[in-house]
Amino acid sequence: MGMTMAEKVLARAAGRGEVKPGEYVTAKVDQVMVHEAFAAVYRIMKEAGIERVWDSSKIAILFDHSVPAPTVANAEAHKLIRQGVKKFGIESWYDMKAGICHQIMGEKGHIIPGELVLGTDSHSTTYGAFGAAGAGIGVSEMAYVLATGELWMRVPYTLKFVLKGDLPEGVVSKDIILYIAGKYTTEVAQYKAVEFKGTTAERMSIASRMTMANMGVEIGAKFAFFEADEKTLDYLLQYVREEARKRVGIFKADPDARYEQVYEVDVSRLEPQVAFPHDVGNVRPISEVGEVKVNQAFLGSCTNGRFEDLEIAAAILKGEKVHPETRLIVIPASWRIYLEALREGILETLIEAGAVVCNPGCGPCFGGHMGVLAAGERCIASSNRNFKGRIGSTEAEVYLGSPATVAASAIAGRIVDPRASRR
Amino acid sequence: MTVIRGKVWKFGDNVNTDVMAPGFAFNAPWEELKKVILHIHPKFTREAKPGDMIVAGKNWGCGSSREQAPANLKRLGMGCVVAESFGRIYFRNSVALAFPSIVCPGVPGAFDEGDEVELDLESAQVRNLTKGKELKGEALSKDMLGIIAKGGIIPALQERMGIKK
Repeated sequence: MGMTMAEKVLARAAGRGEVKPGEYVTAKVDQVMVHEAFAAVYRIMKEAGIERVWDSSKIAILFDHSVPAPTVANAEAHKLIRQGVKKFGIESWYDMKAGICHQIMGEKGHIIPGELVLGTDSHSTTYGAFGAAGAGIGVSEMAYVLATGELWMRVPYTLKFVLKGDLPEGVVSKDIILYIAGKYTTEVAQYKAVEFKGTTAERMSIASRMTMANMGVEIGAKFAFFEADEKTLDYLLQYVREEARKRVGIFKADPDARYEQVYEVDVSRLEPQVAFPHDVGNVRPISEVGEVKVNQAFLGSCTNGRFEDLEIAAAILKGEKVHPETRLIVIPASWRIYLEALREGILETLIEAGAVVCNPGCGPCFGGHMGVLAAGERCIASSNRNFKGRIGSTEAEVYLGSPATVAASAIAGRIVDPRASRR
Repeated sequence: MTVIRGKVWKFGDNVNTDVMAPGFAFNAPWEELKKVILHIHPKFTREAKPGDMIVAGKNWGCGSSREQAPANLKRLGMGCVVAESFGRIYFRNSVALAFPSIVCPGVPGAFDEGDEVELDLESAQVRNLTKGKELKGEALSKDMLGIIAKGGIIPALQERMGIKK
């Protein structure tokens, strides 16, 4: 009996020949990611009397939410984390010198296709872009994982999304995942795994796949997989350590795997999509957006702060000016991307257009700092959530769109269609 | 048999963890923080009392992995949450903190705000004492009930590691 990608990962992690959806297993975890939540995890471990971690080589820790520390409370948390990292002898420790966790896990070679990766961040589904089973957990469960290397898991049913057709000019993978959230709801994949397949998925860049896997959690998914193909291997083999190279290989579902449901999505006539406040599933095509003035435009986050995203924005903003009543904030997802965008002149283009470029990190996405909103303000953002109060005031409004939509809207001062012919 | 009983606060679909533990109040002291927990329901923020219960629609606790979401509700003294479905990370966190989440299809239609609810935790039997209605929720797995009975995943960890509490 064939298995889906999720079933294969969990069967191996549970030391079993096969597993079935709905079963509970105790899974051995291959890799762990902890960001600033490690302050809470470390406190819990200290209070519980846990003196050591199960395997210091399988744990990556970094800062991304609050860098550099904007408050004394953040600075104290960072100090505590640095102590904990030393105490446990964590080998993969990046402090605030790398970027957003989900980008860094790939860039630093911690993600291997077919492996189980748990992180203290809901967007850990991003690792599915590399064929890994990435999922978020909370800080108490992370304390348990760090101590034991294991966690209970329910084997999920899997949904297959077959993506077909060529994306029209100016339409990107962000628009596909927003469209899916709007059409199939934000809980279509609740407790389930998702596999994105089809010719469109095959042709997609790694960065574009990461955007969709990242937002898998916004449709409820536990894991959000793309197949690990030649493109995946080319990407990962640039970064994985010598001793891990032999674990990197093609990883796909069995041809006779069983899916709970198969959805076909033809993207060939897709318009840019915008999620209206205050729900990711409240999605409209750009042609039905109407007049929405924006005070701020935010380009960045683990969803859309990659090189190709900055490049798309720069192409739109070149020689243009950000609207005088709109602020454009740009935050590259990692130091690598930051430097590359600098060397390629992309940052220069963005700054000349009037963008404020900040250091890599989560920035305002979760409402922490670097451009939060006042009451009554509106923001078009390339990030992943538009919940009430997400970026600052509970009386502000967040709209989600692609990097192209963000860039074009920054110029217009209102949400506009980024496709050149319609601008 | 564990029985939990309390007055119902009602919420709709897709109530996310951001509104249970707002990012803008991450570092706020408890007295400030408790005024904004579930700020989308202003009456709840003013009048909810320890021992009350929450009944909600689909996808309760979607969004961020922040464990403060169920932790805050537990600290407010809520007895449990009965909803049509839960965001999976919220659900896991609630088990880890021994703050039960019960999946119960049709539950929003069976309750008005202020009704009295009674839950048998092990069997997931949900009763509306005010209206005299009874619904069957989905029972938690043996492992989950075991973690809850121990007081959460950290006491379970201490037991496993042989650490005296």
